[in-house]
Amino acid sequence: MKVSLFVTCLTDIFYPEVGKDTVELLERLGCEVDFPESQTCCGQPAFNSGYHKESIKVAKHMVKTFEGSDYVVTPSGSCAAMLKEYEKLLADDQAWQEKARALGEKTYELTEFLVDVLNEEDVGAAFHAKATYHTSCHMTRLLGVKDAPVKLLSKVEGLDLTSLPHGYDCCGFGGTFSVKMALISEQMADAKVKHIEETDADVLIGADAGCLMNIGGRLRRKGKPVKVMHIAQVLNRKEKR
Amino acid sequence: MGIRIGEKEFDKRVEKGLADSFMRSAVTEAQDRLRTGRLKAAEELGDWESWRDLGEEIRHHTMENLDFYLQQLSENVAKRGGHVFFAETAEKANEYIQQVVKEKQAKKVIKSKSMVTEEIGMNEALEDNGCEVIESDLGEYILQMDDQDPPSHIVAPALHKNKAQIRDVFRDKKGYVNNDIPEEMTRFAREQLRNEFLSADIGITGCNFAVAESGSISLVTNEGNARLVSALPKTQITVMGMERIVPTWEELDVLVSLLCRSAVGQKLTSYITGLTGPKEDGDVDGPDEFHLVIVDNGRSNILGTEFQEALHCIRCAACINVCPVYSHIGGHAYGSIYPGPIGAVLTPLLDEYENNKELPYASSLCAACTEACPVKIPLHELLIKHRQKIVEEAKKTEASERFAMKAFEWVASTPSLYNMGSKAASLAMSPFTKEGNISKGPGPLKPWTEIRDLPAPGKERFRDWYNKREKGGRRK
Ligand code: SF4
Repeated sequence: MKVSLFVTCLTDIFYPEVGKDTVELLERLGCEVDFPESQTCCGQPAFNSGYHKESIKVAKHMVKTFEGSDYVVTPSGSCAAMLKEYEKLLADDQAWQEKARALGEKTYELTEFLVDVLNEEDVGAAFHAKATYHTSCHMTRLLGVKDAPVKLLSKVEGLDLTSLPHGYDCCGFGGTFSVKMALISEQMADAKVKHIEETDADVLIGADAGCLMNIGGRLRRKGKPVKVMHIAQVLNRKEKR
Repeated sequence: MGIRIGEKEFDKRVEKGLADSFMRSAVTEAQDRLRTGRLKAAEELGDWESWRDLGEEIRHHTMENLDFYLQQLSENVAKRGGHVFFAETAEKANEYIQQVVKEKQAKKVIKSKSMVTEEIGMNEALEDNGCEVIESDLGEYILQMDDQDPPSHIVAPALHKNKAQIRDVFRDKKGYVNNDIPEEMTRFAREQLRNEFLSADIGITGCNFAVAESGSISLVTNEGNARLVSALPKTQITVMGMERIVPTWEELDVLVSLLCRSAVGQKLTSYITGLTGPKEDGDVDGPDEFHLVIVDNGRSNILGTEFQEALHCIRCAACINVCPVYSHIGGHAYGSIYPGPIGAVLTPLLDEYENNKELPYASSLCAACTEACPVKIPLHELLIKHRQKIVEEAKKTEASERFAMKAFEWVASTPSLYNMGSKAASLAMSPFTKEGNISKGPGPLKPWTEIRDLPAPGKERFRDWYNKREKGGRRK
């Protein structure tokens, strides 16, 4: 199966390891992965801030970038949801809208792709740790991907997964919200940190770089020893005890 | 009171909210309780998503045909001997209500809960004209007693107060000497209110939904106070927002079920009252005279726009009860009697952008609100639409932001620029990097790093690795 990776700008720049794990994981499961090099960012910073004219140009660029792909897989629920939003964003131009719809239809968030398309739940990973999983808002609510990550994690050998209290609450990232409404964002991140601590987990697993950047950054600032990992890093891990 | 409440500046209001730990724990506790209740009530009904679809359809149909149903409602109210007044503005609504008060030479009005009367500032308008106004909803009664403390929630207006604070209000204002057990305090309030009911000249109610086919109004309460308000005084005035209407009793049934479950996690509230016109021959109670005031006050400007769905709201507060922003800053921080996600959507429409320009940004767009809304209003999308309006029409965003977004557009649609920029990021940030992290970022990074560390951009981007690697080669 041929898969195009949309690595997302945050992963490309800040979390290259997550991208590497995503590629290796997909290849291990028999996919042929390519990386269309002209890809940039999904456009959320502009779109969510109301700069729709600006995001239209970015959307068109991304539509073109992935035009020849069979599947587009991305390790971010939020960015996957944004690619699916293009259809509405480009509604004023029928030809572009058609293309955007095609992109939306072939776009999958990584865990969704593993479970729903590849039908894999046990990806042969092993990771001995006490962990908790943060459900990202856009992934669960906009994209509707709720169960896939938990199914995958539950099959990871050695992983002791505790559910996160108040898991439904946003971590306070929200893109530009995190800096525009910094004081409120801080309180939301602190509530998240508090709930993570309640689980006694050593590792916080997430599926979206934005949330991990926010929670991880706040954990570090507060000197908490909890390690933050992207789900791709966990699923591509094979470690012996 | 009007739609605006509290201090003028958003930042000040937020700071005040964040600093109020009493309020925050009261709110968090209430939110948890209401969330659990709502989810349980939804599960109990079964097939919740289909009910939401139905709720959305009913609201959509009604708004699309609002003129027809308002006409039908007015005719049917008139047929049953009631008076209908359509008020384009808050002032006109108040003038009409005052006129009725004058005609009846009323000295005292007793009210049941109504957000729209808050919105139009009815109480002040009446009090300025020498008419005493008594709130009979327990929450509103407490707030009124506490020097007109504004509501912080649309269903539970005194949500920001805990038991002890309420006891203190009762003690200071009414000489209450007992403990802070809710039942005790409620008994006390009831005794006080009983006399007010008996001596009031006019009863004023809100309206959860008006039923067009029969010219009825319905009231959903747990305290039963709305029944007394509509049964004892000789004159009744009901004030409703013009969108609070359903075609028939059948739709009322669906929406009331959605409302009760979403608002308080109950199948039905203790009292659901349907009232049609004034007392008729053979009726044992009810008013001699009935007035229905239908308030527009900016609503028709929303009809037919991309914000029309905001009018679908049935004021259940489910969106408020799940909102993490609301939970930290509390209702007063929104500066509007309509707080939370629906308030952030509605207030700039009913009031003006200028006064509420921060509200659409007071959301992380987590969409918990959209997920909770029983009539499927896409609240987070409407917030983005507001932002778009502020950017494109009002042109109210800062020049630096506009510049940054233009630059973003350029970079993110031009691979060579993106390539250069992302490559330079690591270099540019290296002076600020320590142990792979940045804790004091320069310029635009400052607001981020004031609160959290930022991972330093890797020396090698993902794409650099990808381009170097052998096909299928693993890195470990
Ligand atoms: S927007 Fe929806 S959830 Fe919020 S109060 Fe209105 S009906 Fe309830």
